[in-house]
Amino acid sequence: MSSTAWTRRLERVVWPLLLGLVLLLAWHYSVAWTGSKVFPSPLDVRKGMAELARRGVLWGYIADSLRRVGVGFCSAMVVGIPLGLTLGWYPAASQVVNPLIQMVRPISPIAWIPISIVWFGVGERSAIFLIFLAALFPIVVAAMNGVRNVPSIFRRAGRNFGLSPLRLLATVVFPASLPQIIIGLRIALGIAWLVVVAAEMIAVDSGLGYLVIDARNSGKRYDLVVAAMLMIGLIGLGLDIGFRQLETVKAIRWGFRHEG
Amino acid sequence: MQASTAKKAIDAKLRAKGIGMSFKRDGNTTAVLENIDLDVGEGEFLCLLGPSGCGKSTLLNIVAGFLEPTSGTVMIDGESVKGPDARRIFVFQERGVFPWLTVEGNVGFGLFRLTRAERETRIAHYIKLVGLQGFEKAYPQELSGGMKQRLEVARALAVKPDMLFLDEPFGALDSITRLIMRGELLRIWEAERKTIVFVTHDIEEAVQLADRVVVMSTRPARIQKIVEIDIPHPRDISSPRYLELRDGIFEEIGLAHKI
Repeated sequence: MSSTAWTRRLERVVWPLLLGLVLLLAWHYSVAWTGSKVFPSPLDVRKGMAELARRGVLWGYIADSLRRVGVGFCSAMVVGIPLGLTLGWYPAASQVVNPLIQMVRPISPIAWIPISIVWFGVGERSAIFLIFLAALFPIVVAAMNGVRNVPSIFRRAGRNFGLSPLRLLATVVFPASLPQIIIGLRIALGIAWLVVVAAEMIAVDSGLGYLVIDARNSGKRYDLVVAAMLMIGLIGLGLDIGFRQLETVKAIRWGFRHEG
Repeated sequence: MQASTAKKAIDAKLRAKGIGMSFKRDGNTTAVLENIDLDVGEGEFLCLLGPSGCGKSTLLNIVAGFLEPTSGTVMIDGESVKGPDARRIFVFQERGVFPWLTVEGNVGFGLFRLTRAERETRIAHYIKLVGLQGFEKAYPQELSGGMKQRLEVARALAVKPDMLFLDEPFGALDSITRLIMRGELLRIWEAERKTIVFVTHDIEEAVQLADRVVVMSTRPARIQKIVEIDIPHPRDISSPRYLELRDGIFEEIGLAHKI
């Protein structure tokens, strides 16, 4: 039994890796066969990455991007969760605020770039503001819906034991909506990572997004462009995998479907 | 029946008078309950019995303070009921346990006013009473349906309520677990002597558990008959008296007991 479970876990890693290898080969040979002078082969990209690491910018850029996402995402969490809980808790408040949220939400964070430069100048704070803005809405909406979808049976049980409204919110409504909030946070983190790259292309002079634009502008170094893109993708994957670990915490796990 | 009602009325724990309930939907008014008078004695085990959808759960929600009746009053210990109260706990089917808390956390949920030490003794006592020792750190999703139901009963008892309201608590359990749970509930009731109002649509269940069975009519529900079950516990469910009472209720509801 345990040996088949182990095999299955191994397969979950082996097959995606194999697919990656096949795609790498296809990439390599299509560059070789077309004789492209502009588009880099996987080997060029590897050399480019090694060069970035040697110059010492690679880790610095990754750290810069992650820091911006960290600060922006965490402030969105600090603002968004209490705001969403409040709006879900007071339907009257959400009737007032919800149309506004639904109007601002579809505006792409990219469209905010000029405004954020006016408000915060060209630099770090501008980029962080964009990430904050992009991450805020999914978090608010998830927390709001989370509260609304708390089964009435849980609220009633809480009221029956004589809880004050604040205690009911803290010990029943919040934990009951936590699985939905976690899903919202995961979506928000994905969006934040998407936006940091866009923000760095315009507002700052470090980070992986800056690397993409800078490598193209200063000497059409497409090997570095693709290297930066790969790093962005891999880190995004890592963030998502890391975040999913939260779903296995037992106090949250009940809200997710898990086989076994 | 008149005599028994009069006797109970002297030490009535709960007294409902003239309860009526109607719901408005799409401009139509549906009467669910009509002119219900009911007394429940201190320490009594009372079953509300009726067909599904007859309004017995509505009545239970009214006496528990979760619903306001259209007419009539509910008094408990001489005070009129204004809302739910920690002295009277409502037990749902096992879906009412909090899935984000462990067994310990669920049992201790209502004990936030106690000191840590008091809380721990209380939790340990009730976990033992319902037979969940060894599962203190387990989460509800790791428990069976019967265990979850016992957990919810333990959570209710831990705040030392005077009354328990049980709304078809064993309805979602398989028939074997249901029988075991009835025995457990009677054992706990004999140990703690709470006043219990128990809603069920199962005639056998009502006759096995209750001191009195309140038979309700179809909608709009009225009290059709109150049957006193004068058999001491533990009840022999093949004794002539048991069968006589059971068959009487079958007839009262209008069911021939032949399939």
